[in-house]
Amino acid sequence: MTTYLVIAALLLIGMLVVQISKANEYINTLRGDDAELDTDRINGILWLIFTILFFVGIVWSAWYYSPLFLPESASEHGHWIDTMFNITLILTGIVFVLTQIALGYFAWKYHGKKGKLGFYYPENNKLEMIWTIVPAIALTILVVVGLYYWFRITGPASSDARVVEITGKQFNWLVRYPGPDGKLGTSNWKLIDETNSVGIDFNDKTGIDDIMPTELHFEVNKPYLLKIGARDVIHDVGLPHFRIHMDAMPGLPTHFKFTPTITTDEMKQKTNNPAFDYELCCDYLCGKGHSAMKMMVYVDTKEQYQAWLKKQPSFFDSAIKGTEAEKKAFAKVTEKVSTEKGSDHSNH
Amino acid sequence: MDAKDLHHGNNEHHTGAVITDHVHYQDTEGVIRFEADHGHHDGDRNKKNFIHTYIFSTDHKMIGKQFLITGIIWAIIGGGLSNIFRMQLGFPDVPLHFIGTIFGDKWAPGGKMTPDFYNMLITMHGTILVFFVLTAGLSGTFANLLIPLQIGARDMASPVLNMLSYWFFFLAGAVMFTSFFLPSGAAGVSWVFYPPLSAIRSAAVGSETGADFWLISMALFIVSSLLGGLNYITTILNLRTKGMSMSKLPLTIWALLITAILGLLSFPVLLGAAILLIFDRSMGTSFYLDKIYISGIGAMPHEGGNPILYQHLFWFLGHPEVYIVILPAFGLVSEVLAVNSRKPIFGYRAMILSMLAIAALAFFVWAHHMFVTGLNPFVGSVFVFLTLLIAIPSAIKVFNWITTIWRANIRYTPAMMFSVGFISLFISGGLTGIFLGNSAIDIQLHDTYFIVAHFHIVMGVAAFFGMFAGVYHWFPKMYGRFMNRTIGFIHFWITFVGSYCIFWPMHYQGMAGVPRRYYSHGAFESFNKFGTLSEFITIAAIVVFLAQLLFVFNFLYSMYRGKKVTELNPWKSNTIEWTTPIHPGHGNWDGPLPEVHRGPYDYGKDGEDFIPQTVPMRPGETTHHG
Repeated sequence: MTTYLVIAALLLIGMLVVQISKANEYINTLRGDDAELDTDRINGILWLIFTILFFVGIVWSAWYYSPLFLPESASEHGHWIDTMFNITLILTGIVFVLTQIALGYFAWKYHGKKGKLGFYYPENNKLEMIWTIVPAIALTILVVVGLYYWFRITGPASSDARVVEITGKQFNWLVRYPGPDGKLGTSNWKLIDETNSVGIDFNDKTGIDDIMPTELHFEVNKPYLLKIGARDVIHDVGLPHFRIHMDAMPGLPTHFKFTPTITTDEMKQKTNNPAFDYELCCDYLCGKGHSAMKMMVYVDTKEQYQAWLKKQPSFFDSAIKGTEAEKKAFAKVTEKVSTEKGSDHSNH
Repeated sequence: MDAKDLHHGNNEHHTGAVITDHVHYQDTEGVIRFEADHGHHDGDRNKKNFIHTYIFSTDHKMIGKQFLITGIIWAIIGGGLSNIFRMQLGFPDVPLHFIGTIFGDKWAPGGKMTPDFYNMLITMHGTILVFFVLTAGLSGTFANLLIPLQIGARDMASPVLNMLSYWFFFLAGAVMFTSFFLPSGAAGVSWVFYPPLSAIRSAAVGSETGADFWLISMALFIVSSLLGGLNYITTILNLRTKGMSMSKLPLTIWALLITAILGLLSFPVLLGAAILLIFDRSMGTSFYLDKIYISGIGAMPHEGGNPILYQHLFWFLGHPEVYIVILPAFGLVSEVLAVNSRKPIFGYRAMILSMLAIAALAFFVWAHHMFVTGLNPFVGSVFVFLTLLIAIPSAIKVFNWITTIWRANIRYTPAMMFSVGFISLFISGGLTGIFLGNSAIDIQLHDTYFIVAHFHIVMGVAAFFGMFAGVYHWFPKMYGRFMNRTIGFIHFWITFVGSYCIFWPMHYQGMAGVPRRYYSHGAFESFNKFGTLSEFITIAAIVVFLAQLLFVFNFLYSMYRGKKVTELNPWKSNTIEWTTPIHPGHGNWDGPLPEVHRGPYDYGKDGEDFIPQTVPMRPGETTHHG
């Protein structure tokens, strides 16, 4: 019933607008040039009002929502990205304010007036040069600073970086940490099945102690190297608090290095939000469960991290040992396809 | 062939002037040229034949109108889809029973849409608006309508190819429309159609038969676009009237020429990508596929492909495509601004050079869509440099437009309002591109609402504004009547303010990292803080959509009942389309083709309000254009 009422109301409003507009057109036609000049004047004033309200709206809404913008960066390189963002914001902000004001002001100031002609001003090469060179200089600054940070972010990881493997699948994340030996075992996609979800090759002894927890834990202020892949379609590792986005693709491993700098507990205090937690999300459309592809992320102190790590059983012990899968895991030796270490297609 | 046939279907303007040429006519330059109407005498012979006048017409003006009206229908569908998925984002608890009624109950059990349906909506919204509305509807309409009229030609170089271009577009649309009603629905893998999601049928409901239809439809669409583009280029280069040198062409024509070249060079690459994808989907090849294990199904047999090969091919079209969308709007807006400012466009040559620069650079920036695919950082840095380079010609254009209205005597028509609004939007959307083009910042903003805000403002709404400016401005040429101005102004203000209300807040969401293409942000604590803002955006989107219905009403009403045009040149414009009769017949000019003596922007020159291009240069008069 409400739906029909709303539709009826909208139709009535529409008819009203149309009728008033038609009447207005007839009056304008009768009044001729004067009506035309009135239209120009009114629209000119509206441009001025719009420009003022536009800025008021921007300032108010930006102030209101600013606590949510670029939430405090919880990683080292995140501060570089934020710096870059702020430099760009200032430079583009100046251009934005100047051009929008000029536009709104001219649109008002130069509305049509009786007996006036437009000023014949077809070109001025000096002006063209100015507004070629000034943006060029501004952009050079942005490119240089941007690329400086870009190469630092994408550069090779330090040799002591801890490796964590993240694999996307429809519709959850699988993570793998090396066990006490500090090495991730090789994996092979042909070994993937319902149990061995990332296809660890257990003939490689370094894989036996690998752990596959259901949450991501990082130790604060330690460098990490995320090795990223996917099982089925393209996913994307999204960690907005750490300023990380990296695609996860089948057959094409990627990586991202970062150092978390703020523990979950510290962040809860900083944001004054006891419910705060870091979250891993999927940032590339992967199917119907895309928007629920979440994994909890914790940044721990050294003690918390060690305590957590100690509690994690190896994947082999918890899921494979003593099950049907165990026989299968080793039986594959003979028929096994050549194990691929997975070459990194990025910067190596 | 009876020369009078050129006036088929139109009796109002017969002035007795008759073109005496036959299949090959001599134009005013005295050069014998291929007669544009050759090859469809049959159509002309049946003057009153409805089918040949309105359906299989070879008259460029009618084809332009066909593109426009088809584009409007697609815009209503594409825009309507966005309102449905905005309901899911803003008001997920409101049951929408009509979805079940139209598409089948399984898409929205109990009135609650499923994620698969949501994915289908966003995919179709993107595809329809980018390709069917802003490519075919915008450049199809105005290239067809304006090229022959503004360069002084009787028709396109090949009217038959032109007609085929429309009908391939129509066919593409028919295939796409049908796919909505397939049991597995239309494609639902986002408009960029990245494999493996789009290549493996079992990966998503939206990757089943609907995706086949999508690919077939795109192939047909690309054929349409190539036929049109070829024709536009040939016509502009060969059929200009006497005196119409390249340096006297209106900016609309320059824009449409550059657009056509871009399309011709980039669309075939998409066709290639689509064909390889069809092979991967249906013939077991592995161009894009490697090492895939689908839960519940098992390992796929494909090996050795590369999923980002598709992305390179797609964006090699995809990036020029955004310029294919926006360049015609540049041209239309430049023309409307000059005419209604009663001033020359500032920096005519700089405007052309900047468009050429944008078009050239458009081919070398595609990988900025792929900064987070693990692209080699050095390659990434080259694309950062080239991408930010595009900001320079864009800045030149903006400054030139603003200078054009400086010290103008602005006549506010709805077309002029949309043109000024276009500049504002292009500034706002263009500047956010500088954030995204810088790979370091893109790491954070990639695939968030920030990018949604950016491209909707700069190429979505802005291109629409160019289209509205064009429709309001050239409606008198199309139908011999004016659109209602008051409704036009109301339409403008609601659309302009409303569009900012929709897209400006999305920057805020994006800066908080809220990902795009999410059915619901409810699962994430950090994304779930924008409930009120989402509601606000949804309401704004619905209001803007309803305002477009005002436009559609105005369009249809004015076609039959609008104020009649009583003078040849109602906007006091310099360009030669206004020297044709109020209702130009097929062939456009009753007498000989007009001769052109000056550039298109002599407004306010030497104390005269305007000097049409057909007026000879006075002795001693200086020129600024070529």
